[in-house]
Amino acid sequence: MSRPVELPRWLDLVVLPLVNLAMAFAVSAVVLVAVGQDPVKVLALLVKGAFGSRAGISYTLYYATTFVFTGLAVAVAFHGGLFNIGGEGQAMMGGLGAGLVALGLAHTLPAWLLLPLMVLVAIVFGMAWAAVPGVLQAWRGSHIVITTIMFNFIASALLIYLLVNVIKEPGNMTPESRAFGPAAQLPGLHEMLGWVGLDWPRTPLNFSVLLAVAAAGGVYLLLWRSQPGYALRTVGHAPDAAHYAGIRPQVQIVRAMALSGGLAALVGINEIAGVHNRLMADFVAGAGFTGIAVSLIGRNHPLGIVLAALLFGALYQGGAELAFEIQGFSRDMVFTLQGLIVLFAGAMSQVAAPWLARAWQALRRRFPAVMEHGHG
Amino acid sequence: MDEVLVGTLLASTLRVATPLILCALASTLSERAGVIDLGLEGKMLATAFAAASVAALSGSLLLAIGAAIAVGLALSMLHGFACVSHRGDQVVMGMAITMTAAGLTVVLGIAWFQQGGQTPPLPDAVRLDLWFTDLGLALRNVPWLGTIVGIGLLGHSVLVYGALALVAVIWWLLYRTRLGLRLRATGENPAMVDAAGVSVFGLRYLALAGNGVLCALAGCYLVLAQNPQFIPHMTAGRGYMALAAMIFGKWHPVGALLACLLFGFLDAVAIRLQGAILPAVLGGGAVPVQAIQALPYVLTVVLLAGFIGHAYAPRALGVAYVKER
Repeated sequence: MSRPVELPRWLDLVVLPLVNLAMAFAVSAVVLVAVGQDPVKVLALLVKGAFGSRAGISYTLYYATTFVFTGLAVAVAFHGGLFNIGGEGQAMMGGLGAGLVALGLAHTLPAWLLLPLMVLVAIVFGMAWAAVPGVLQAWRGSHIVITTIMFNFIASALLIYLLVNVIKEPGNMTPESRAFGPAAQLPGLHEMLGWVGLDWPRTPLNFSVLLAVAAAGGVYLLLWRSQPGYALRTVGHAPDAAHYAGIRPQVQIVRAMALSGGLAALVGINEIAGVHNRLMADFVAGAGFTGIAVSLIGRNHPLGIVLAALLFGALYQGGAELAFEIQGFSRDMVFTLQGLIVLFAGAMSQVAAPWLARAWQALRRRFPAVMEHGHG
Repeated sequence: MDEVLVGTLLASTLRVATPLILCALASTLSERAGVIDLGLEGKMLATAFAAASVAALSGSLLLAIGAAIAVGLALSMLHGFACVSHRGDQVVMGMAITMTAAGLTVVLGIAWFQQGGQTPPLPDAVRLDLWFTDLGLALRNVPWLGTIVGIGLLGHSVLVYGALALVAVIWWLLYRTRLGLRLRATGENPAMVDAAGVSVFGLRYLALAGNGVLCALAGCYLVLAQNPQFIPHMTAGRGYMALAAMIFGKWHPVGALLACLLFGFLDAVAIRLQGAILPAVLGGGAVPVQAIQALPYVLTVVLLAGFIGHAYAPRALGVAYVKER
């Protein structure tokens, strides 16, 4: 990653993502005007829908939970030098693992034993599904991007096959399992707040949101405060140096992918154990791809990812509300914005950087004293 | 009766394979010049939407094809601007194109046609011609071979034959012309091309331009031949399947053609076997249609892992070229 002009750290980490984000929003505003809508009104309603009520905030956090998982998954792989596009498939496998445990044991195990087991098996399923492309990349040299894309399609085919031929309730036309029952239901946040006497509206927001916070903290500690994390990042940034230092790149590649897959798999917990209480075909619904945008905007750092996930959670929730409020508004506007964010913050992030650097240098020349202060 | 079955299978194989062939050729061009294209899906979707919208609004076939090609070229030039000129990540760019196209086509479709993102059914005037229909009908009376050829190979859309012809054209371009040699060299060793005084940027932009036009033809096929209108997300992963076919064909146009035909055949068989029962020898039960549908991706993974022969990507694939100063 060579950049023609070195930017100060805060400019690179904070201002540049914001500039890229602003460009994506600007283009979206142009699209809105082109389809005859008022961008200011849309934005106001979107913010109101996402944060204007306790239920709105809950939904925002519920969506954000899923995006924290997929965003972290992309980031962990990225730090290992890998681009994991397979979050979608790994999340499906996570849901499958959790669902199989629930279907098999929901009537034998108590909830306090069953739920941790579901989480564990979901993680193991996701790890295994991601480790295979990792192994193929590490020892057979196949391109991880291509393999993970293929694994998304294979996971989808496998899940649908199992749902249609094995798991589906007889007589039910939609490919989904029977309801698991209360033992396999993660407590909703309204229930948890109810235990301490707080009143909160009933929404899909559930215990998984705490898992997401823990996952973000865990990833930070692992990657930046532990020896295995250091080894993983070394392989990602300088594979040859890592090899010379006695770190085996192959092992780190598989580790990074497994960790990444385990994180993506937790989407299955948020959706299957937290909300639907049954296994279904399309519970991931593009969250794996949203994770790419989240990770890009969050600059692959857990804190950034949590903030970016909140942004996307707000967009998804606000977009859903807008679809009710404004005639002819479609949630696909949010997907468009998401694509534009990947475009500006990802593929074209280098376009704004030199421009920003020039502006910064011009500022420094004009106000040397102020800038020296700001620099210190 | 069997020859009719063979003929219809052949026909649906060709019909399913055509957009795959066009997209696989598109990615062969760009990847041979060193640019990964994960945006095939998005380019095909956006061009299909452009063709269908313009066809619905103007009723002109030429304008529809022109609009699709313009959109395809524009997306490819954006691809070049981000990844060739500004050295952006090619994989991320492909994702960006695909995600944006998936959203934007629906937003614009709803705004322009108010039918939930679909375009109205397109009039016959803008449908692509079918070729050799009369000959096909005549041949059907000839037993066996005539029936198979008549049903299977004749009477298809002009783009089916166009796609097959383009395989030959791209092969000739890549392996029998100076331009093709330079394009392939750009994907293997761009520094050498640069040292020879040929513009790496120019060649990559050129390859991307061809890529955009080919994707546009695939988009046209979807709405002007295969379906009567544009439907949101109608590409349904075909762009990725074309990418898999291109890799399965080892970055070679003829290999890509064969892979597309194989994948098309699997798809045709899977649709036909929906709900069929396995013979008792194989254990009975429903045919696992999903397994057949997943087979192209499994095969590609197995090939990439080097378990059946070796597939070598162009050496400079995915690496932005930085001219030394």
